[in-house]
Amino acid sequence: MSIIDNINKAFDHRIRLGIMSVLMVNDYADFNMLKELLGATDGNLASHTKALEKAAYIKVEKQFIGRKPNTRYTATKSGKEAFKKHIDALERLIGK
Amino acid sequence: MESKKYLDDISEIKNMMNKSSRFISLSGLSGVMAGIYALGGAWLAHSKISADRMSAYSDLSEMETILQERELTIELLMIAGGVLVLALGTGILLSIRKAKREGEKIWNHSSKRLVINFFIPLLAGGLFSIAMLQYGYLSLVAPATLVFYGLACVNASKYTYGDVRYLGIANIVLGLIATQFVGYGLFFWAMGFGVLHILYGTLMYYRYDRAKQD
Repeated sequence: MSIIDNINKAFDHRIRLGIMSVLMVNDYADFNMLKELLGATDGNLASHTKALEKAAYIKVEKQFIGRKPNTRYTATKSGKEAFKKHIDALERLIGK
Repeated sequence: MESKKYLDDISEIKNMMNKSSRFISLSGLSGVMAGIYALGGAWLAHSKISADRMSAYSDLSEMETILQERELTIELLMIAGGVLVLALGTGILLSIRKAKREGEKIWNHSSKRLVINFFIPLLAGGLFSIAMLQYGYLSLVAPATLVFYGLACVNASKYTYGDVRYLGIANIVLGLIATQFVGYGLFFWAMGFGVLHILYGTLMYYRYDRAKQD
Protein backbone atom coordinates (compact mmCIF):
# COMPACT_ATOMS: atom_id res chain seq x y z
CA MET A 1 0.00 0.00 0.00
CA SER A 2 1.44 3.37 -0.94
CA ILE A 3 1.20 6.47 1.21
CA ILE A 4 -0.85 8.16 -1.47
CA ASP A 5 -3.74 6.00 -0.26
CA ASN A 6 -3.77 7.97 2.98
CA ILE A 7 -4.31 11.23 1.16
CA ASN A 8 -7.94 11.97 1.77
CA LYS A 9 -9.81 13.20 -1.29
CA ALA A 10 -12.34 14.96 0.93
CA PHE A 11 -9.62 17.39 2.02
CA ASP A 12 -8.16 17.89 -1.41
CA HIS A 13 -9.32 21.45 -1.79
CA ARG A 14 -8.03 24.69 -0.29
CA ILE A 15 -11.37 25.70 1.28
CA ARG A 16 -12.09 22.28 2.79
CA LEU A 17 -8.51 22.06 4.05
CA GLY A 18 -8.98 25.49 5.62
CA ILE A 19 -12.30 24.62 7.27
CA MET A 20 -10.80 21.52 8.88
CA SER A 21 -7.66 23.39 10.00
CA VAL A 22 -9.77 26.03 11.73
CA LEU A 23 -11.97 23.44 13.41
CA MET A 24 -8.98 21.41 14.64
CA VAL A 25 -7.79 24.26 16.85
CA ASN A 26 -11.11 25.92 17.71
CA ASP A 27 -14.01 24.37 19.61
CA TYR A 28 -16.32 25.76 16.98
CA ALA A 29 -16.50 28.34 14.22
CA ASP A 30 -19.50 30.10 12.78
CA PHE A 31 -20.21 30.75 9.14
CA ASN A 32 -18.99 34.35 9.09
CA MET A 33 -15.78 33.54 10.90
CA LEU A 34 -14.96 30.85 8.33
CA LYS A 35 -15.91 33.16 5.50
CA GLU A 36 -13.62 35.89 6.78
CA LEU A 37 -10.71 33.56 7.46
CA LEU A 38 -10.88 31.68 4.19
CA GLY A 39 -11.90 34.55 1.97
CA ALA A 40 -14.69 32.48 0.41
CA THR A 41 -18.06 33.53 -0.95
CA ASP A 42 -21.29 32.40 0.75
CA GLY A 43 -22.18 29.87 -1.92
CA ASN A 44 -18.69 28.49 -2.18
CA LEU A 45 -18.31 28.02 1.55
CA ALA A 46 -21.78 26.49 1.87
CA SER A 47 -21.07 23.85 -0.74
CA HIS A 48 -17.78 22.85 0.91
CA THR A 49 -19.24 22.67 4.39
CA LYS A 50 -22.04 20.54 2.99
CA ALA A 51 -19.53 18.14 1.47
CA LEU A 52 -17.69 17.81 4.79
CA GLU A 53 -20.96 17.39 6.65
CA LYS A 54 -21.97 14.58 4.30
CA ALA A 55 -18.71 12.79 5.08
CA ALA A 56 -19.60 13.23 8.79
CA TYR A 57 -16.35 15.12 9.36
CA ILE A 58 -18.09 18.20 10.68
CA LYS A 59 -21.30 18.84 12.59
CA VAL A 60 -23.62 21.73 11.80
CA GLU A 61 -25.76 23.46 14.39
CA LYS A 62 -28.24 26.12 13.47
CA GLN A 63 -29.43 28.45 16.17
CA PHE A 64 -30.57 31.97 16.77
CA ILE A 65 -28.52 34.66 18.45
CA GLY A 66 -31.22 37.17 19.26
CA ARG A 67 -33.10 37.32 15.97
CA LYS A 68 -30.15 36.54 13.75
CA PRO A 69 -29.74 32.99 12.50
CA ASN A 70 -26.32 31.62 13.26
CA THR A 71 -24.68 28.50 11.87
CA ARG A 72 -22.05 26.90 13.96
CA TYR A 73 -19.61 24.22 12.82
CA THR A 74 -17.66 21.75 14.91
CA ALA A 75 -15.33 18.96 13.84
CA THR A 76 -16.53 15.47 14.70
CA LYS A 77 -14.27 12.90 16.31
CA SER A 78 -13.96 10.97 13.08
CA GLY A 79 -13.31 14.21 11.20
CA LYS A 80 -10.42 15.06 13.51
CA GLU A 81 -8.95 11.59 13.17
CA ALA A 82 -9.28 11.62 9.39
CA PHE A 83 -7.68 15.04 9.17
CA LYS A 84 -4.79 13.97 11.40
CA LYS A 85 -4.19 11.01 9.13
CA HIS A 86 -4.28 13.35 6.15
CA ILE A 87 -1.67 15.67 7.70
CA ASP A 88 0.56 12.70 8.54
CA ALA A 89 0.34 11.49 4.96
CA LEU A 90 1.20 14.93 3.61
CA GLU A 91 4.17 15.20 5.94
CA ARG A 92 5.49 11.82 4.94
CA LEU A 93 5.11 12.67 1.28
CA ILE A 94 7.20 15.82 1.53
CA GLY A 95 9.62 14.11 3.88
CA LYS A 96 10.68 11.87 0.98
CA MET B 1 5.51 18.96 -8.94
CA GLU B 2 3.14 16.96 -6.75
CA SER B 3 5.23 17.45 -3.66
CA LYS B 4 5.05 21.22 -4.15
CA LYS B 5 1.28 20.95 -3.79
CA TYR B 6 1.62 18.90 -0.61
CA LEU B 7 4.00 21.47 0.79
CA ASP B 8 1.51 24.23 -0.01
CA ASP B 9 -1.22 22.24 1.70
CA ILE B 10 0.84 21.83 4.85
CA SER B 11 1.70 25.51 5.03
CA GLU B 12 -1.94 26.40 4.41
CA ILE B 13 -2.99 24.16 7.30
CA LYS B 14 -0.42 25.73 9.62
CA ASN B 15 -1.37 29.22 8.52
CA MET B 16 -5.09 28.62 9.09
CA MET B 17 -4.54 27.02 12.48
CA ASN B 18 -2.47 29.98 13.60
CA LYS B 19 -4.64 32.65 12.07
CA SER B 20 -7.85 31.25 13.48
CA SER B 21 -6.64 30.69 17.01
CA ARG B 22 -3.98 33.28 17.67
CA PHE B 23 -3.70 37.00 17.27
CA ILE B 24 -0.40 37.47 15.48
CA SER B 25 -0.40 41.18 14.77
CA LEU B 26 0.91 41.97 18.23
CA SER B 27 3.79 44.36 17.70
CA GLY B 28 7.17 43.69 19.28
CA LEU B 29 8.02 47.36 19.21
CA SER B 30 5.09 48.11 21.52
CA GLY B 31 6.73 45.85 24.12
CA VAL B 32 9.89 47.92 23.94
CA MET B 33 7.89 51.15 24.23
CA ALA B 34 5.94 49.78 27.23
CA GLY B 35 9.27 49.01 28.89
CA ILE B 36 10.57 52.51 28.26
CA TYR B 37 7.39 54.07 29.69
CA ALA B 38 7.67 51.84 32.74
CA LEU B 39 11.29 52.85 33.35
CA GLY B 40 10.29 56.51 32.96
CA GLY B 41 7.42 56.00 35.38
CA ALA B 42 9.67 54.21 37.87
CA TRP B 43 12.18 57.04 37.72
CA LEU B 44 9.43 59.61 38.28
CA ALA B 45 8.03 57.60 41.18
CA HIS B 46 11.49 57.27 42.67
CA SER B 47 12.07 61.02 42.62
CA LYS B 48 8.64 61.65 44.18
CA ILE B 49 9.32 59.19 46.96
CA SER B 50 12.76 60.60 47.72
CA ALA B 51 11.35 64.12 47.77
CA ASP B 52 8.72 62.89 50.20
CA ARG B 53 11.32 61.24 52.45
CA MET B 54 13.37 64.43 52.51
CA SER B 55 10.48 66.47 53.76
CA ALA B 56 9.72 63.84 56.39
CA TYR B 57 12.70 65.10 58.39
CA SER B 58 11.35 68.59 58.61
CA ASP B 59 8.91 69.05 61.45
CA LEU B 60 5.41 68.60 60.18
CA SER B 61 2.41 68.02 62.34
CA GLU B 62 0.93 64.52 62.35
CA MET B 63 -1.98 65.77 60.30
CA GLU B 64 0.30 67.20 57.66
CA THR B 65 2.29 63.96 57.42
CA ILE B 66 -0.85 61.94 56.86
CA LEU B 67 -2.03 64.34 54.21
CA GLN B 68 1.33 64.20 52.48
CA GLU B 69 1.35 60.40 52.50
CA ARG B 70 -2.08 60.37 50.95
CA GLU B 71 -0.97 62.84 48.31
CA LEU B 72 2.05 60.68 47.49
CA THR B 73 -0.10 57.57 47.15
CA ILE B 74 -2.38 59.39 44.72
CA GLU B 75 0.60 60.67 42.75
CA LEU B 76 2.07 57.18 42.51
CA LEU B 77 -1.27 55.78 41.41
CA MET B 78 -1.48 58.43 38.73
CA ILE B 79 2.01 57.61 37.48
CA ALA B 80 1.15 53.90 37.35
CA GLY B 81 -2.12 54.68 35.56
CA GLY B 82 -0.33 56.96 33.11
CA VAL B 83 2.22 54.27 32.28
CA LEU B 84 -0.56 51.73 31.76
CA VAL B 85 -2.57 54.02 29.46
CA LEU B 86 0.49 55.01 27.43
CA ALA B 87 1.67 51.41 27.09
CA LEU B 88 -1.75 50.09 26.09
CA GLY B 89 -2.32 53.02 23.71
CA THR B 90 1.00 52.46 21.96
CA GLY B 91 0.43 48.72 21.85
CA ILE B 92 -2.98 49.13 20.25
CA LEU B 93 -1.74 51.72 17.75
CA LEU B 94 1.30 49.72 16.66
CA SER B 95 -0.74 46.53 16.41
CA ILE B 96 -3.31 48.27 14.21
CA ARG B 97 -0.48 49.43 11.98
CA LYS B 98 1.02 45.97 11.80
CA ALA B 99 -2.36 44.38 11.10
CA LYS B 100 -3.00 46.84 8.28
CA ARG B 101 0.38 46.15 6.75
CA GLU B 102 -0.31 42.43 6.78
CA GLY B 103 -3.84 42.87 5.50
CA GLU B 104 -5.41 41.45 8.66
CA LYS B 105 -8.40 42.73 10.55
CA ILE B 106 -7.55 44.15 13.95
CA TRP B 107 -10.82 43.47 15.73
CA ASN B 108 -11.58 39.85 14.94
CA HIS B 109 -12.46 36.87 17.06
CA SER B 110 -8.82 36.09 17.88
CA SER B 111 -8.00 39.60 19.08
CA LYS B 112 -11.23 39.66 21.08
CA ARG B 113 -10.31 36.40 22.74
CA LEU B 114 -6.81 37.67 23.46
CA VAL B 115 -8.08 40.87 25.07
CA ILE B 116 -10.68 39.08 27.22
CA ASN B 117 -8.24 36.47 28.48
CA PHE B 118 -5.51 39.01 29.13
CA PHE B 119 -7.77 41.33 31.10
CA ILE B 120 -9.37 38.77 33.42
CA PRO B 121 -6.24 38.25 35.58
CA LEU B 122 -5.10 41.83 35.01
CA LEU B 123 -8.34 43.41 36.19
CA ALA B 124 -8.52 41.08 39.17
CA GLY B 125 -4.94 42.04 40.02
CA GLY B 126 -5.61 45.73 39.61
CA LEU B 127 -8.62 45.67 41.93
CA PHE B 128 -6.77 43.47 44.41
CA SER B 129 -3.85 45.91 44.45
CA ILE B 130 -6.18 48.84 45.08
CA ALA B 131 -7.66 46.90 48.01
CA MET B 132 -4.13 46.37 49.36
CA LEU B 133 -3.49 50.09 49.11
CA GLN B 134 -6.78 50.67 50.90
CA TYR B 135 -5.66 48.60 53.88
CA GLY B 136 -2.11 49.87 53.79
CA TYR B 137 -0.24 46.77 52.61
CA LEU B 138 1.96 49.00 50.52
CA SER B 139 4.96 46.69 50.49
CA LEU B 140 3.02 43.97 48.70
CA VAL B 141 1.55 46.13 45.94
CA ALA B 142 4.56 45.94 43.60
CA PRO B 143 4.98 42.15 43.96
CA ALA B 144 1.23 41.63 43.49
CA THR B 145 1.07 43.70 40.31
CA LEU B 146 4.02 41.73 38.90
CA VAL B 147 2.49 38.35 39.78
CA PHE B 148 -0.94 39.24 38.39
CA TYR B 149 0.57 40.76 35.25
CA GLY B 150 2.61 37.58 34.79
CA LEU B 151 -0.54 35.47 35.16
CA ALA B 152 -2.27 37.67 32.58
CA CYS B 153 0.59 37.07 30.14
CA VAL B 154 0.58 33.31 30.71
CA ASN B 155 -3.17 33.26 30.15
CA ALA B 156 -2.96 35.45 27.04
CA SER B 157 -0.11 33.40 25.54
CA LYS B 158 -2.59 30.76 24.40
CA TYR B 159 -4.12 33.33 22.08
CA THR B 160 -1.08 35.05 20.63
CA TYR B 161 2.64 34.28 20.25
CA GLY B 162 3.51 31.46 22.62
CA ASP B 163 6.59 33.35 23.75
CA VAL B 164 4.42 35.69 25.83
CA ARG B 165 4.21 32.75 28.23
CA TYR B 166 7.89 33.12 29.16
CA LEU B 167 7.52 36.84 29.74
CA GLY B 168 4.65 35.94 32.08
CA ILE B 169 6.58 33.30 33.97
CA ALA B 170 9.55 35.64 34.38
CA ASN B 171 7.26 38.31 35.84
CA ILE B 172 5.62 35.84 38.24
CA VAL B 173 9.01 34.65 39.50
CA LEU B 174 10.23 38.23 39.84
CA GLY B 175 7.06 39.18 41.74
CA LEU B 176 7.46 36.26 44.15
CA ILE B 177 11.12 37.12 44.78
CA ALA B 178 10.07 40.72 45.38
CA THR B 179 7.83 39.62 48.29
CA GLN B 180 11.03 38.83 50.22
CA PHE B 181 12.66 42.20 49.57
CA VAL B 182 10.33 44.69 51.15
CA GLY B 183 11.30 48.26 50.30
CA TYR B 184 12.70 47.35 46.90
CA GLY B 185 9.30 47.23 45.23
CA LEU B 186 10.09 49.97 42.79
CA PHE B 187 13.33 48.28 41.76
CA PHE B 188 11.56 45.00 41.00
CA TRP B 189 8.78 46.91 39.30
CA ALA B 190 11.29 48.61 37.01
CA MET B 191 12.95 45.25 36.33
CA GLY B 192 9.69 43.48 35.47
CA PHE B 193 7.74 46.10 33.62
CA GLY B 194 10.75 47.96 32.27
CA VAL B 195 13.72 45.71 31.57
CA LEU B 196 11.81 42.48 30.85
CA HIS B 197 9.49 44.28 28.43
CA ILE B 198 12.37 45.85 26.55
CA LEU B 199 14.19 42.51 26.32
CA TYR B 200 11.09 40.64 25.26
CA GLY B 201 9.94 43.32 22.82
CA THR B 202 13.34 43.44 21.13
CA LEU B 203 13.37 39.67 20.78
CA MET B 204 9.86 39.67 19.29
CA TYR B 205 10.72 42.52 16.98
CA TYR B 206 13.66 40.71 15.48
CA ARG B 207 11.91 37.38 15.37
CA TYR B 208 8.54 38.34 13.87
CA ASP B 209 8.35 41.97 12.74
CA ARG B 210 11.65 42.56 11.03
CA ALA B 211 11.62 39.29 9.12
CA LYS B 212 8.29 40.20 7.54
CA GLN B 213 9.31 43.67 6.52
CA ASP B 214 12.28 42.49 4.51
